[in-house]
Amino acid sequence: MPASPRSPGIVAGRLDAAALAERFSDISPKLDAHEALVAADRCYFCHDAPCMEACPTSIDIPLFIRQIATGTPEAAARTILDQNILGGMCARVCPTETLCEEVCVRETAEGKPVEIGRLQRYATDTLMDAGVHPFSRAEATGKRLAVVGAGPAGLSCAHRLAMHGHDVVVFDAREKPGGLNEFGIASYKSVDGFAQREIDWLLQIGGIEIHGGQTLGDAITLDGLMAEFDAVFLGMGLAGVNSLGVEGDDRGNVTDAVDFIADLRQTEDLTGLPVGRHVVVIGGGMTAIDAAVQSRLLGAESVTLVYRRSQERMAASVWEQDLATSKGVTIIHNAMPLRVIGNGAVREMEFEYTRDGAGGLEPTGETFRLPADQVFRAIGQKLEGAPDGLTLEGGKIAVTGAGRTSLAMVWAGGDCASGGDDLTVTAVAEGRDAAEDIHAKLMEA
Amino acid sequence: MADLRTEFVGVKSPNPFWLASAPPTDKEYNVRRAFEAGWGGVVWKTLGLDPHVVNVNGPRYGAVWGADRRLLGLNNIELITDRPLETNLREIKAVKRDWPDRAMIVSLMVPCDEESWKFILPLVEETGADAVELNFGCPHGMSERGMGSAVGQVPEYIEMVTRWCKANTRMPVFVKLTPNITDIRHPARAAKAGGADAVSLINTINSITSVNLDLFAPEPTIDGKGSHGGYCGPAVKPIALNMVGEIARDPETAGLPISGIGGITTWRDAAEFIALGAGSVQVCTAAMTYGFKVVQEMISGLNQWMDDKGHADMDAICGRAVPNISDWQYLNLNYVAKAKINQDLCISCGRCFAACEDTSHQAIAMNPGRVFEVKDDECVACNLCVNVCPVEGCITMEPMTPGETDPRTGKVVEKDYANWTTHPNNPMAKAAE
Repeated sequence: MPASPRSPGIVAGRLDAAALAERFSDISPKLDAHEALVAADRCYFCHDAPCMEACPTSIDIPLFIRQIATGTPEAAARTILDQNILGGMCARVCPTETLCEEVCVRETAEGKPVEIGRLQRYATDTLMDAGVHPFSRAEATGKRLAVVGAGPAGLSCAHRLAMHGHDVVVFDAREKPGGLNEFGIASYKSVDGFAQREIDWLLQIGGIEIHGGQTLGDAITLDGLMAEFDAVFLGMGLAGVNSLGVEGDDRGNVTDAVDFIADLRQTEDLTGLPVGRHVVVIGGGMTAIDAAVQSRLLGAESVTLVYRRSQERMAASVWEQDLATSKGVTIIHNAMPLRVIGNGAVREMEFEYTRDGAGGLEPTGETFRLPADQVFRAIGQKLEGAPDGLTLEGGKIAVTGAGRTSLAMVWAGGDCASGGDDLTVTAVAEGRDAAEDIHAKLMEA
Repeated sequence: MADLRTEFVGVKSPNPFWLASAPPTDKEYNVRRAFEAGWGGVVWKTLGLDPHVVNVNGPRYGAVWGADRRLLGLNNIELITDRPLETNLREIKAVKRDWPDRAMIVSLMVPCDEESWKFILPLVEETGADAVELNFGCPHGMSERGMGSAVGQVPEYIEMVTRWCKANTRMPVFVKLTPNITDIRHPARAAKAGGADAVSLINTINSITSVNLDLFAPEPTIDGKGSHGGYCGPAVKPIALNMVGEIARDPETAGLPISGIGGITTWRDAAEFIALGAGSVQVCTAAMTYGFKVVQEMISGLNQWMDDKGHADMDAICGRAVPNISDWQYLNLNYVAKAKINQDLCISCGRCFAACEDTSHQAIAMNPGRVFEVKDDECVACNLCVNVCPVEGCITMEPMTPGETDPRTGKVVEKDYANWTTHPNNPMAKAAE
């Protein structure tokens, strides 16, 4: 008998291939030409536009929308990519509802913003589908640069450096480049291998080599890179995951949400990917939402997301929360994990309700249990194996200005660096800005 | 409920909304549908002599669009009816017989000789039509053959042909004017001199709506070539309103009945034409864009507005705005207004700021938090901010009260009227006195 959502334990194939294909299809498909024109017509071409201010990469949104409206989406793409070389991915994964679209004057006016994210995707997809890479390299400078991490920050930095005529070698711990774009984004936001297609497209600039399987502190060292290259950019993200710090955290089937999401992204045949009947996700950010939603989509009978603080404090946007609940995820706020119960593997999780007290979050003494075959930790990631000599700040590499670290000729950006919002788009901006700073520094001499 | 019944030069209709002479009124089928939808009358598409004309077999229309592809302007290169005269006459008679309460006006265009007019007028009379409208307006195709606007551009011809028609029919004669002239008053005066019972205006405006950038040819394009067409639709309304107003206030033509035409799309447009002196209005592009049902909004809207304002019937509104059309030189220079931004309605798009800062008087401040405020000491009340603001009613022009000091000029706002004719900067001021 085939598995079903009610099959006990952790099993694969709770849903058939057709159902899974439908559930994991593109959550927000590319607008067609007509839809794009209608959407573009709603833009008021604001002065000093709020959307542009809200964009971490400062894309000239009114200009690119006007370019779409006037029948030149390729020019629109150029406007986007000038500021954000991963504009295609950002169009898919940016929480636009808390960035550009939140401040759109038509949100103010009618509660319905211009669909900036979808228009951005229309423009960038149009250009990329045509196979056009609109940038070329400046005259070779003879400088060689090392980038650690082939995620959004590293790729953005590498592209900008290559554009300025430098040669760039990108090192990544994984064999496959992309970082969180490839391993950390919910599948339905990046279908059809988009992350790899975007990287292939980005690399058309030339002058960028990517070396996989190169973990910093293992195959490569910062000292070694500093000796070999003219400058180094660190953008390796956060490899470590915070533990729950409760009794039973080490029981079976209590795992990191990021690993589940990465496995899911790398799985060709989702009918072979096991998921629990009762899944509990601990956390309140995007990773928690992505793990919870995808567990439901895979066929888990019940998925409960438990966050220790109030709803207002959740890092995941309201849009993301609504997405989760619309897919059948139950969200419980103000409850913290007490212990993992089970004989070997998890069977139940016990929580205690919380409230905001004078000294911060405090337990109420009221507890409850949830059945759980599978528990995902999603309470944040941490920097692991930071090279010696780098000053840290709040557990991350301390940076000033455009990603300058405490070491000369070493820059850092993305999630591993201090500051920022841990968003793809922020990482892209930091990589780009560091590249400009590196370029300026190198050309000083 | 206001009384929308209209009597225009003796032609009665249940409302002032007529379909203009154009494709919507080319056939019995269309006109019956129009009457079923509620139109008060039609001007049947222009009849000519047999053999009937032919049309191009490629595209006839070109367009200009606004946001969301809203059709703002339409141009056409279609000619007068391309069906036999007898067919049209038979259909006109049949429709008029079945719809006796609706206005049935027949548009005519025949060569510029009296015989042609003497020939066709009795045939039309025999259909039972209420009036004829002389098409001196079409600017394309027929004008190359000495008809349409070729007549309408020469006041002497207008007068001559009008006189022929008045002499050869008992039906009221309307003269449809072309806007492709320098001063609309001259053809209107000529029509009146020839004995016209009314003028209808405007006909379409010479236009090329667009150029195909692959073919480098005007659109609509026929086998790689394009010809100018006649432009109509919402975009031409301001031009039409001005021409209607000019005729209404010209002492030589004052009182000459006017059937207003040009971009009428809503009840409000129609009311504006009527206020400027139109006794009936004619619509084409709105019907061609949205279908005949659009008249139902026009009827309900005009009704509601008239009821709200206490206007009992058409006479209560017709021409009411005419006395308020003035020459620039008589506008009150002591009237001072200032723009005012309603912060509750403002959505902070900043278009007013961009417009004022870049192209006007630097009279809007962009304050922290995207708060836009008018600088009264710079504002000349030009109204550009009002016009570019996407939120209706957000920016208004507030008149200053006499006795207040205008912070821009430092002068006290006078309560007395004063215009350019007496202004000290006017070199002609003395001569004018």
